Amino acid sequence: MAKLPTPAELIQINYQMPSKGWLDLKAELRPGYYVNAAAPKWMQMIDYPFPRSWNVADEDWQLPEDWKERVLQGMEDRLQRFRSLKLFFDICVRCGACADKCHFFLGTGDPKNMPVLRAELLRSVYRRYFKTAGKLLGELAGARDLTDDVIKEWFYYLYQCTICRRCSVFCPYGIDMAEMTILGRELLSSVGINIDWALASVAQCYDKGSHIGATPQAFKDMVDFLAEENERITGITTPCPVNKKGAEILFVVPSGDYFADPGSYTFMGYLLLFKYLDLDFTMSTYAAEGGNFGWFISHEMGKRLNAKIYEEAKRLKVKWILGGECGHMWRVCNQYMPTWWGPIDFLEEPVSPITGTKFENATVHKMVHISEFTADLFKHGKLKVDPQRNAHIKLTFHDSCNTARGMGIFEEPRYIINQVMPEGHFFEMPPNTIREKTFCCGSSSGINANENMDIRMLGGLPRANAVKYVHEKYGVNHLGCICALDRATLPTLMQYWVPEMEITGITELVANALVFEDEIERTTDLRDRPLAGFEEADEEEGAE
Amino acid sequence: MATVEYKGKTFQVDEDGFLENLDQWCQEWVDYVKESEGIKELNDDHWKVINMLQDYYKKNGIAPMVRILSKVTGFKLKYIYELFPSGPGKGACKMAGLAKPTGCV
Repeated sequence: MAKLPTPAELIQINYQMPSKGWLDLKAELRPGYYVNAAAPKWMQMIDYPFPRSWNVADEDWQLPEDWKERVLQGMEDRLQRFRSLKLFFDICVRCGACADKCHFFLGTGDPKNMPVLRAELLRSVYRRYFKTAGKLLGELAGARDLTDDVIKEWFYYLYQCTICRRCSVFCPYGIDMAEMTILGRELLSSVGINIDWALASVAQCYDKGSHIGATPQAFKDMVDFLAEENERITGITTPCPVNKKGAEILFVVPSGDYFADPGSYTFMGYLLLFKYLDLDFTMSTYAAEGGNFGWFISHEMGKRLNAKIYEEAKRLKVKWILGGECGHMWRVCNQYMPTWWGPIDFLEEPVSPITGTKFENATVHKMVHISEFTADLFKHGKLKVDPQRNAHIKLTFHDSCNTARGMGIFEEPRYIINQVMPEGHFFEMPPNTIREKTFCCGSSSGINANENMDIRMLGGLPRANAVKYVHEKYGVNHLGCICALDRATLPTLMQYWVPEMEITGITELVANALVFEDEIERTTDLRDRPLAGFEEADEEEGAE
Repeated sequence: MATVEYKGKTFQVDEDGFLENLDQWCQEWVDYVKESEGIKELNDDHWKVINMLQDYYKKNGIAPMVRILSKVTGFKLKYIYELFPSGPGKGACKMAGLAKPTGCV
């Protein structure tokens, strides 16, 4: 593994354009910028073609003999299947509005990370084999032959895209780079080129039900442990029903929330909130994953992993589905599930049992986001909170790409934050870095591995820079988010660029503030940190 | 698949140097990781962590969440980092022969 340079070294970004045209520049695959090739065992588990041991640094990637035919046939199939792809290929006028909107371009200065050029890496091959002008005129018409160097270039740059779609916001045509990236990754998979981190997670999820590969007993052990922690800190028992048939609501979360910190505190928050409401819910040890690393690499794999959510909803005979704080889960639920599975007639239109609110936006797919659910509770005055219990926190909010640009959740988390934080404790980052213009964490879409830290830290730099701004200007010390990938990747990013920052889910803040009638005296938050006004007691205890 | 040779033994490892198969775990593997992690001497507390990790893994199929490791052993996270400078995941789990975690972690 390449050693990660220091922030001072890494930030020497060269924005000078190369002297040669991009067609004459062979991609240099730099260690620290790519994820390792997928191990054959993961590919075998999900029946992916051409499993073999190979290294990205190898000259020979051991492609199948007919790799070129396979890729071109794959492209032709997709052009016929997705009119959107053909449109995105044909319609771009290369205006460059997207060029400096990508966090990877801003972080690296590499022109092939301009979304317009990233798409051109694919588009040039499309022109060469599928457009008359390209067939006849070649390079003059912006076309190029498909060679193994092109495949390597695709691999390198399609995995320096996090499918965040910030570029699409600025594209006058609304070209969706994420769709092109996913389809490009599918073409790579068709000849046995995959990244290990994504495929390991996919295979675990396909095999056991969650990206972390939790067995049912492990799942139960973890959620019970977090319930015990709740009881220790608040005096409130917060049981988590598992595989309970006939419950009203199936609750699905990203597995990071019950396995890893700081997501585990968000999970404790869910349980406290549901206990407060006496909500009739269940979790599933099989639909134990809200996230979907499959969708990062192929529409087909996304669908295979997604199937278990509705299957479990059907088996457990619930009325509707509530989902936790996950990012890309919601892109999948909101924009793919109805197309994949058709009318969901075995579930009911989601209605909050507490407020009676019908979630009309979820009429089709029958899944409600916890931020929508909680904001509605506050709107109806159903939660008693003491915002002073979050007075030790100065917060800013990172809009997760997929909840923001994928389903327009901007107001709900902010509405909740304003209910649970004391006045003057919430600060927005600059307007061009939040809401629909939010900057990606830089490590999403299956690239949150260990071996590609350089690109992760560079891709996350624009986000970190905005956090640093509010940290220095207002003393912000917590970065809130509603995404488990954020909670997994932002701590690493912040440790590198803005080390004073903690990452928190929003439901954790809700639970900190939630007042139960029969609670024990609260002197700490869910992380065992002293509340404002109780710092001394903590120091005395520490001194004993 | 990469291999590691140490004191006459050959280990199959993944690209991050984690053991591919817990069945290959043995004293030599512990010595190898100890050396590569720069740990001077293994004491009882190291072994308490390793044993807990292996027991949990055999029972549950995955490594425990860090807070469960901390609770069962009674060691605070800071102390676990003193024992294993690379941390519970990259240091302790590797020494105990567990697979590396995946997903949103």
